[in-house]
Amino acid sequence: MNLLTEPVGVAHFMVVGAIMFACGVVCMAVKRNALGVLMGIELVLNGANINFVALGSKFLQKDGAFSLGLDGQFIALFVIVLAAAEAAVALAITLNFYNNHSTVDVDRANELKG
Amino acid sequence: MDSINWHSFFFLLFGLLASAFAVGVVVASSVVRMALYLIVALAATAGLFFLAGADFVGAMQIMIYVGGTLVLLVFGVMLTAQGPFVSMKTGGGDWLLASLVAGALLALLIPVAFSVPDWRGGEPAPAVMEPTATPIGVGLLGVRVDKLDADRPESLKPGMSSYLLPFEIVSMHLLVVLVGAAYLARTKRRRSPSQIES
Amino acid sequence: MPGLGSLRNNTLVAEFFSQYMWSWAAYLLTGLIHCALLIQVGAVGALFFIWAERKVSGRIQDRLGPTRVGGMFGWLQSLADGIKLITKEDLMPDGADGLLFRIAPYISFCASFAALMALPFSDGWVAIPINTGVFFILAVLGLEVFGVILGGYASASKWSLFGAMREAAQVVSYEVPLGMCVVVPVLITGTMDLVQIGTFQEGWFTNWLILHDPFTFIIFWVYFTCALASVNRAPFDLAEAESELVAGFHTEYSGIRWSYFFMAEYGSMFAVSGLATILFFGGWNGPVPITGWLGLTHETGPIAGYIGNFLGLVNFVGKTSLFVIVMIWVRWTLPRLRIDQVMKMCLKFCVPIAAVMFLGATFWQRQFPGGVLLKTSYGDRYVVTEADTAAPAKSKDSAKPAAKTAGEASPGQPSADKTASVSHRVTKGS
Repeated sequence: MNLLTEPVGVAHFMVVGAIMFACGVVCMAVKRNALGVLMGIELVLNGANINFVALGSKFLQKDGAFSLGLDGQFIALFVIVLAAAEAAVALAITLNFYNNHSTVDVDRANELKG
Repeated sequence: MDSINWHSFFFLLFGLLASAFAVGVVVASSVVRMALYLIVALAATAGLFFLAGADFVGAMQIMIYVGGTLVLLVFGVMLTAQGPFVSMKTGGGDWLLASLVAGALLALLIPVAFSVPDWRGGEPAPAVMEPTATPIGVGLLGVRVDKLDADRPESLKPGMSSYLLPFEIVSMHLLVVLVGAAYLARTKRRRSPSQIES
Repeated sequence: MPGLGSLRNNTLVAEFFSQYMWSWAAYLLTGLIHCALLIQVGAVGALFFIWAERKVSGRIQDRLGPTRVGGMFGWLQSLADGIKLITKEDLMPDGADGLLFRIAPYISFCASFAALMALPFSDGWVAIPINTGVFFILAVLGLEVFGVILGGYASASKWSLFGAMREAAQVVSYEVPLGMCVVVPVLITGTMDLVQIGTFQEGWFTNWLILHDPFTFIIFWVYFTCALASVNRAPFDLAEAESELVAGFHTEYSGIRWSYFFMAEYGSMFAVSGLATILFFGGWNGPVPITGWLGLTHETGPIAGYIGNFLGLVNFVGKTSLFVIVMIWVRWTLPRLRIDQVMKMCLKFCVPIAAVMFLGATFWQRQFPGGVLLKTSYGDRYVVTEADTAAPAKSKDSAKPAAKTAGEASPGQPSADKTASVSHRVTKGS
């Protein structure tokens, strides 16, 4: 189908969400900077959020009967709020780590390794 | 030229922006560049939310996520981005494993998304969007104006059908997080008497 | 439903153009016209306000300010400055991050320009009618800080980095009381659409929200303080404190990029002042309802309505410029705060005052629903925004008179009772 002339559906939004999710997973895995890992988490949360909002949208499906309605948007809002809280705590932990160890390399955080 | 579907056109624009800059976050080596790319990717996501008819969520995405959380993140980046920590290299093995996982995820998620016939294409978007701020606000107070069914009497009881309880929980959660973050990030240096004076 | 009306206006313009060209080109042309008008507001506004800043600061310091360029009053001075800045060499420090250094001014400028897109200049005269306009403007203005942070970091200079970090801390802190302040007018009017908030206050100046109750009167001053801080103006201009940080975040900038930072600053000053005008000072509705007396409304005809709207535009721009001039006056009068004083101001004064005023306004709404000074009982008129949700296709002509007849139950809005009963249930349940 030609994406320029036909209406998009939930699936197309989900592809964008999947790409962001996968990028976030890679980011969490390969970045050694603690803040890079945090950015990966933000990407993952946003990928999930796109899916929620797309499934809640009325005009992305053939008939809106199976749409989540406003529930999708509610969950997206809660994800945004929780992401803000998570970022605040993670940043506090990172800064504390940086103050104590003078590094933000997550591989150096091995004191509890035993 | 009239046949161009502008909704799809803007979806392509924002979707490509979001995806491309998400990939940019992964491949960028400097952590400051990563932050910049993340800002663009999340702003494009807000555009996608507007396109899906979720105008309030889109505005909140820009306000809380991009304007609040990411400023905090960039602040953290600037506090720690010194010398060796700006760009840290990762071994090839890690990259290989991570891209295998990501490729597997994509190979699973994309065909699944397209396997549902209802999801492949929707109706053309209406010219005027319905505002969603009021239903969301009333919904957070416990009544769903979009789901007022006479045959479901529990939907008429305040607080029973909606998000009042999660809203309260998330408010308390935010308070606890604020206190916790302030406790974690407090400075441990002993204050000299002259500092106490001021 | 004025917001919908303006959307229809945009569509009407596009349809008029589409008689002569392809329809996509017509819509593109309509958008470009809007953009050009708004860039005029940004650029010409910056030229005027920079000139005003020179004159006002001169008078405050017992000087004359510019007097020669362009004849009387030196009114061409800022144009001469602009030409100088364009022809100046654009330097970049050696250790700078090239990409970030180059795009940072444009990020700031785009953010302050995008805020103007959702700002109504008169009844329905808004480039993009958004029904969450208040939050959109605040959110987009919050993005301006990214230009400052990235520019400060990319300059590879200690002074710039310090300025950028101060800016980041300051803006994140001041967004909290700013958001609390704008919530109060939203609470009173029951809508986040700026056009509806403006039309809510039509008539005499007693209808202005600043005179609605004591709490809105106090919270306006909190809003103005926080707005000063969020657009980085003195006494809160810690990011460019020239006595300690050379020039702060723009130490390394010169030429046209430097001037983009300044256009962004004056653009966002205009935006927060315009927001203050609409939220607290009636927007385009003057102290005296002249347009109502002269019959220059949409009921008497499109031409009369257009003239009335134009008078409203003059009114709005006048009030907004007044606020900008007050900001300039404050800058040249008060000394700069220290960074810890700035934070203390936010956390110990602005946030608690805003929170208490928010609670007070809530109780006032409960005790005196309808206000004390307001002539009309607007309870039936604007509490139910759900009517807009349920009937989005209602045309402007049928919606406007229904909104005018205050207190009368409007028969054309069937869903009004439904939501009214819903909100009734909410109050009973809680």
